[in-house]
Amino acid sequence: MTATMKPAAPAAAAPARRRGPVALALRQGRLEITQFLRSRESVVFTMGFPVIMILIFAAIFSDEIAPGVSYTQYFITGMIATGLMTVSFQNLGIWIPIERDRGVLKRYRGTPMPKWVWFAGKVLMVVAIGVAETVLLLAVSVALFDLDLPGTAAKWLTFGWVSVLGVTACTLCGIAISSLARTARSGSAVVTPVALVLQFISGVFFVFTQLPSWMQQVAALFPLKWMCQGLRSVFLPESFGAQEPAGSFELGRVALVLAAWCVVGLVLCLTTFRWTTKRDG
Amino acid sequence: MDDELAISVRGLRKAYGDTVAVAGVDLDVRRGEVFALLGPNGAGKTTTVEILEGFRRRDAGEVSVLGSDPARPAADWRSRVGIVLQGTGEFDELTVGEVVRHFAGFYADADDPDKVVERVGLAGKAKARTHTLSGGQKRRLDVALGIVGRPELLFLDEPTTGFDPEARREFWELIRDLAAAGTTIVLTTHYLDEAEALADRVGVIAGGRLVEVAAPNRLGNRQEALATVSWRTPEGALESVESATPTALVAELAARFGGEVPGLTVTRPTLEDIYLTMIGHA
Repeated sequence: MTATMKPAAPAAAAPARRRGPVALALRQGRLEITQFLRSRESVVFTMGFPVIMILIFAAIFSDEIAPGVSYTQYFITGMIATGLMTVSFQNLGIWIPIERDRGVLKRYRGTPMPKWVWFAGKVLMVVAIGVAETVLLLAVSVALFDLDLPGTAAKWLTFGWVSVLGVTACTLCGIAISSLARTARSGSAVVTPVALVLQFISGVFFVFTQLPSWMQQVAALFPLKWMCQGLRSVFLPESFGAQEPAGSFELGRVALVLAAWCVVGLVLCLTTFRWTTKRDG
Repeated sequence: MDDELAISVRGLRKAYGDTVAVAGVDLDVRRGEVFALLGPNGAGKTTTVEILEGFRRRDAGEVSVLGSDPARPAADWRSRVGIVLQGTGEFDELTVGEVVRHFAGFYADADDPDKVVERVGLAGKAKARTHTLSGGQKRRLDVALGIVGRPELLFLDEPTTGFDPEARREFWELIRDLAAAGTTIVLTTHYLDEAEALADRVGVIAGGRLVEVAAPNRLGNRQEALATVSWRTPEGALESVESATPTALVAELAARFGGEVPGLTVTRPTLEDIYLTMIGHA
């Protein structure tokens, strides 16, 4: 009861209180999300891109890839994967060099903020925007193109882990590649071609098995192909597994390759990340 | 470590490739002192300060800032040091209030963000997006972020570059307030009047070396410098003599001329004369 409670300390004499790590990360995430949402270009292009692409694809390929399965049902997997890559890999690869160039990162380094909190803020932002964008894409596709959503809990689970592993790998790689850009402007020059080439060779814009086999093999080195493949297992009938290059959706290998890229990305981040620009010495 | 010293530096060296930026600097800054590092562009001011701030690695030398080596600082070191960098890190999409509140959250014992915003003279701009601020207002925001954690030691790297004279005066008042409250302040500047107005001691840095450290009015032995006595001879020619005893010389001249000495001037070198001589000789 209140009788046993100490009287509240006057505000001026409030004891020094350090925020816990979770609180620090959450408020950093909130700040990043606020900054993202207030930047109209980011919202329109990052969130809108996959939706616009699926509208175009649905208009071009209006027939069925197999009886009862529309092309939209096939391409939605590529659009989800490319959307997740846009919000993580491209978004970070382009924005971090700008923040580094402006001195924002250096300013954070001058505070007692633990370094990991800044990364956590970026991850929270990517996850929030990624979820919102994927939901938007699915909603539009269901409403306009009769997309069939996954019918079983197991498929939703696969959807979940493929997305989480894929976004994690792309986020870490986006942070890592941000260190290649020497100036604010060069971020998009570094990242955009990489993303575009991966989209073309990974089966985002084409049926993957119709690509030349050497191209398929190059694509298999990178995460996007495996994200698309994992998502195909979620959105396409089981029988489509037989048409994959290996004769199945290979979910075990999907997990393995994406996890490997998480490790590679993390090592690159830890060894190469720069808080200041090169000219800062 | 001497508790009276906020900063102690011995034999600091830093080179970028073949270019030596800092060539052996020794420096002590006492607690509660306002210390100005004065020097032309490229003299090594920013490199020195950024090593003290823990942003750059040094090649050699011993450095202690608030008892820690900035390259391997103690856990709470960052919360005791406030930094106002030379370049501004901008948060275009956020308001002044949001940025200051966010940074206050990094410190266990932060000042009230609203009060800090008011103190730097941005109360009217608290709800404005930072990209709408003028250059001088952005600089005040930088200062707000530097002091919101109530630092014991505040670094200011060329804080008033680009200020108009009135903004500069207001800024000086703010610095004097902080100093009066006991904050140790290290500022770099290339404005002599700023060093003279604010600093207890001035270190002149040129060519990566600390040429002299002294109170502003004693810089270059300004007090003891020879005075120059000039007058016109009866033929109209200008005569100049450097003298350690100008009063005696003037009295002698007065006797010689039997009253007024034509065109008499007695001058001592200005701080600027001394400074230019110092950095010229470095």
